[in-house]
This record gives sequence, structure tokens and C-alpha cells, in this order.
Amino acid sequence: MIAVEHAAADTAPNADELHRQSDRERWAMLGLASPAVLTVLVIMVLPVGWLFYLSFIGESGGFSLENYGRMLESKAYGRIFWTTFEVSFLTTGICILLGYPLAYFLAQLPRRAAALCMLTVLLPFWTSLLVRTYAWLVLLQRKGLVNTWAIDLGLWDEPVALVHNMTGTLIGMVHIMLPFLVLPLYGAMKAISGDYVRAAANLGAGPTAAFWGVFFPLSLPGLFAGALIVFVLCLGFFVTPAVLGGGKVIMVSMQITNNIELFFNWGAASALGVVLLAITLGILLAASRLLRLDAVLGGGH
Amino acid sequence: MRWLDRPAGDTQITHRQRLWLYALAGIIMLLLVAPTIIVIPMSFSASQYLEFPPRDWSLRWYEHYLGEPEWLAATATSLKAGLLTMLVATPIGTMAAYGLHVSGHWLARWLFILLITPMMVPVILIAIGVFYAFVQLRMVNTLFGLVVAHTILALPLVLIVVGAALKSYDFNQEMAARSLGASRLKAFLTVTLPQIRFSVVTAALLAFLTSFDEVIVAMFVSGGDNSTLTRNMFNSLRDQIDPTIASISTIMIVVSSTALVLAQLFGRSKS
Repeated sequence: MIAVEHAAADTAPNADELHRQSDRERWAMLGLASPAVLTVLVIMVLPVGWLFYLSFIGESGGFSLENYGRMLESKAYGRIFWTTFEVSFLTTGICILLGYPLAYFLAQLPRRAAALCMLTVLLPFWTSLLVRTYAWLVLLQRKGLVNTWAIDLGLWDEPVALVHNMTGTLIGMVHIMLPFLVLPLYGAMKAISGDYVRAAANLGAGPTAAFWGVFFPLSLPGLFAGALIVFVLCLGFFVTPAVLGGGKVIMVSMQITNNIELFFNWGAASALGVVLLAITLGILLAASRLLRLDAVLGGGH
Repeated sequence: MRWLDRPAGDTQITHRQRLWLYALAGIIMLLLVAPTIIVIPMSFSASQYLEFPPRDWSLRWYEHYLGEPEWLAATATSLKAGLLTMLVATPIGTMAAYGLHVSGHWLARWLFILLITPMMVPVILIAIGVFYAFVQLRMVNTLFGLVVAHTILALPLVLIVVGAALKSYDFNQEMAARSLGASRLKAFLTVTLPQIRFSVVTAALLAFLTSFDEVIVAMFVSGGDNSTLTRNMFNSLRDQIDPTIASISTIMIVVSSTALVLAQLFGRSKS
């Protein structure tokens, strides 16, 4: 039937004109995206391309790989990359440990209760990251609420340094990243039909076996998507480690800022930026082979 | 208390056996919300230092904020930048989402990926790239530059939110309008747009908040008279803990909760 219609269309006297019209229409629709595309090209792609070029220019003004060579030789740079990965891995790990039970709990609540509890995930998601970082700075400082209460309760005797170090950075980062893990994971868990778990029980699986054998594997794509978002966001993080790390936790993005603000060294800053971008895109590309990337990006919202 | 012994959902265990899960989830939810909320009462403290609960209540930190022209100017800049970003990013993002969705061209997929890259590229790289470009163009510290830079950060959100709405929208309705003589623009404005308006509003709110809360790009390209609120906050956080920040934080929490409530209200009236 369809083939017959096609044949008729091809032999119709106005077939060419129709074809041209639909072609023109497709380009016209594509044209609607041009203001957005132009803005992104001019404001992001061109400047980042320029930075890419700058990263290959040495102090002499000619082509050189010295900006990249420095990263391999200098111990300081090695430490910065190590810190960046350490913070990202630990944050992602803690987010998984806290986020999985929370998402599981939310996914099994009745609809109204789930919507209400979901607000506790959405409120931080919508609140300024700077405000949340500031809140932790206030809570965790030497004479802050956490230390005061812990001493009152007898948990420890003297104020503990909870902030301006790795501990404070991780607490703040986990708090900021947790919604990014919970939201896609919750979506994935909601999509798992209860029939599977019931079927497993019918076939003789106990609750533990039904969970680990059936539910958990089905929720893995969602967990993987959430963890990926968290990890990639952590790699480029700046504000929270800068405020809560107190200068002790230096991540790549902070070193880029230092290179520009303190040393005016655009070449070094650009090279660091290019490496950070390459790592980020490399991880996303590798992940996109394992799962659909648009599902990940759409999942967060 | 009988519900405790009923089975929990499709699992074979009872609520009682899962109390640990409920307790754990409760604690995590508390930890998610409490730190932000606790700043609010603290901002009404009368003392020199932040305390909770405050021994004496006062508005002194709000007065301090209102009495400081610099903070007020920064607030005005942030609001202006947020509104302008929203007004630019929402229409061009919606246009792009519509165009890319309707056009079956093979380029559409690639353009979509290009438009959401600002979400994947580390913000610091965008920030220094934009800074470098603006130095050449003499656009550093201008409101225009800030809005343009924030627009590309907001575009991916608009594209994803509106794009998702278009995917679940039945385009036959627009076809029907057009076959009855409406132009494409008219069909879009009178048939399609009213049905995806909730997503467009959500996208607009997200675009506003993207700009309003943004720190890193603002740190590089805003300054002087056009410093944003977040930029000033960030700078003063690095020096010391000024209780004025608590009052500003409270105001920012109110702004974002309002946006969240608006989004939820619009979302609810849909169903």
C-alpha cells in the first residue's frame, strides 16, 4: 500500500516541486535554531577554540608544548589532578551510598507522600549553591552549630576542624550533588514494574534475592546515569572547594583561576582547561557507549 | 500501629523490618533541607556572631544590607541579569527546540548536541574563554556581556525542558490548525504554545535562576557597577563570615523557593 503511494507520488507531475518544498521547509525549521546556535558558537565555541590555540603557545610566542609539559613534570600539578579525582570519586561514592536508599524509599511511597518528600530533594536543587555552601561554612566552623552540639552531647571534647579542609569540602559537595544522583535514579526506579519483583517472589526468591537479583540490576542504568552526572560535575567544581576547602583542597578549576588572576598566564590556564575538558568529554563519550547520553541529560530535570 | 506488620509494597518484608530504611531516608532528607533552612533564623540574630537559636532577635543584618549601596546595586544587577537572561534564553531556546523537533533534517541532532554542550563543558573553561573574548571586545563588566554569557548557560535547560514537552505533544493538532488555514506561526502560538506553556514557564524560571545563582562566569566578566550579588557574596566569603551574608542568603532562599513553588503550581494545574 505504502509502496503504491510512493510510486504514485514519484510519477505525479508536481513531485519535484513537492520535494523541493519539503526540503525548503526542513531548512526553514532548522533556521529557527539559528539565533541559539549563533550565540553558542560566538560566545562559547570560538573563545574555547581560541584558548585551545593559546595553550600551544609558549613564552617565546611560538608553537610549543611547554604548557602541557609542565603538567607532566611538575609535582604540584600532579597533586592538583590527584586531588580533583580524589574529591570527585569520594563525592560520587558517598552520594551513591546515601542516594540509593533515599531514591528507593521515595520510589515506593504513595504518590502524594512521594511528591511531598521529593520537595526535600528539589528545594536544595533549586537553592543557590553559594547559599548552601555558606550554610555549611556557618554550621561547620570551630564555634559552629555542629561543634557546639557535638560537645554538648559529649561526642567530642574540643572543637574539631570540620571545615577549611577535605572533610568540609566533601560534606558540602555531597550535599550539593545528591539531588543530581537521586533524581535520575528515582526516575529509573519508578519505571521498574512491581510485577518483576512479584514474579521473582512467585518463583521462590526471598526478599534479599528478589532485591539483589531483580530490582537492583534493573535500577543500575539509573544509578550509573546519576553517578556519571555527579562525577563529571565534580571534576569542574569550583565554588564549594574554594570556600570550604580553605586553600587546602586545590582542584583543577581553582588552579586555572589562580593562573589567570595571580600569574596572568593564559597559556598555562588554557592548557589546564583543555585537559579538564578532554577528561570530561572522554568520560562522557565512554559512558555514551554504555548508555544513551540524552537519557542521562534529560534525567536530571 | 498495625500497618507496621503489613508487607511493604511489592517486597516480601513488612514495614517493621524496613524501619531502618525509613529512619535512614528521614535523616538524609533532614540533612538535605536543614542546613539551608537554618540560615533563615540565624539571619535575624542580634549578636555580632551567627548563633542558633538566636538569643535576641533583630533586623540589624537586614538593615546593614539595605544600608550598603554596594549590596543593593549588586542585587539590582543580579535581578536585571536574571530577567534579561530569561527573556533572551526562553524565546530563542524554545524556537530552537521547536525547529529542531519539527525539521527531520540530519543536522538537527547535531545542532541539539551543540546547544547542550554548555552543560557539559566545565564552567570555568567557558568563564575564561568568555573573559578573554570580552577583553578584546571591551565587554568586560557590562550587563550585556553578562547576559549573553548567562544565556548560553541557560540554553541547554530551556532546550531540554521544552524539547521534552514537544516530544509528548501530539503534532496532529498543529497540523489540523494549519490545514484549516492557520499559518505556522499562528498555529504554534494559538495551538501548540498553550499546551506546552507549563514547560515553557519552568524553562523560563530555570533560566532566571541559572543567571541569578551563577558565580564563576560572573566572577570573571562582571565587576564595578555591574558586580552581581553572587560575585560579591563569594568575595566576602573568602575573607570572613559576615552575618550580612546570612540575610542575603535568606533573601536568595526566598527567591528560589518562590520559583520552585511557581513551577510546582504550574506543573500541578496541568494534571
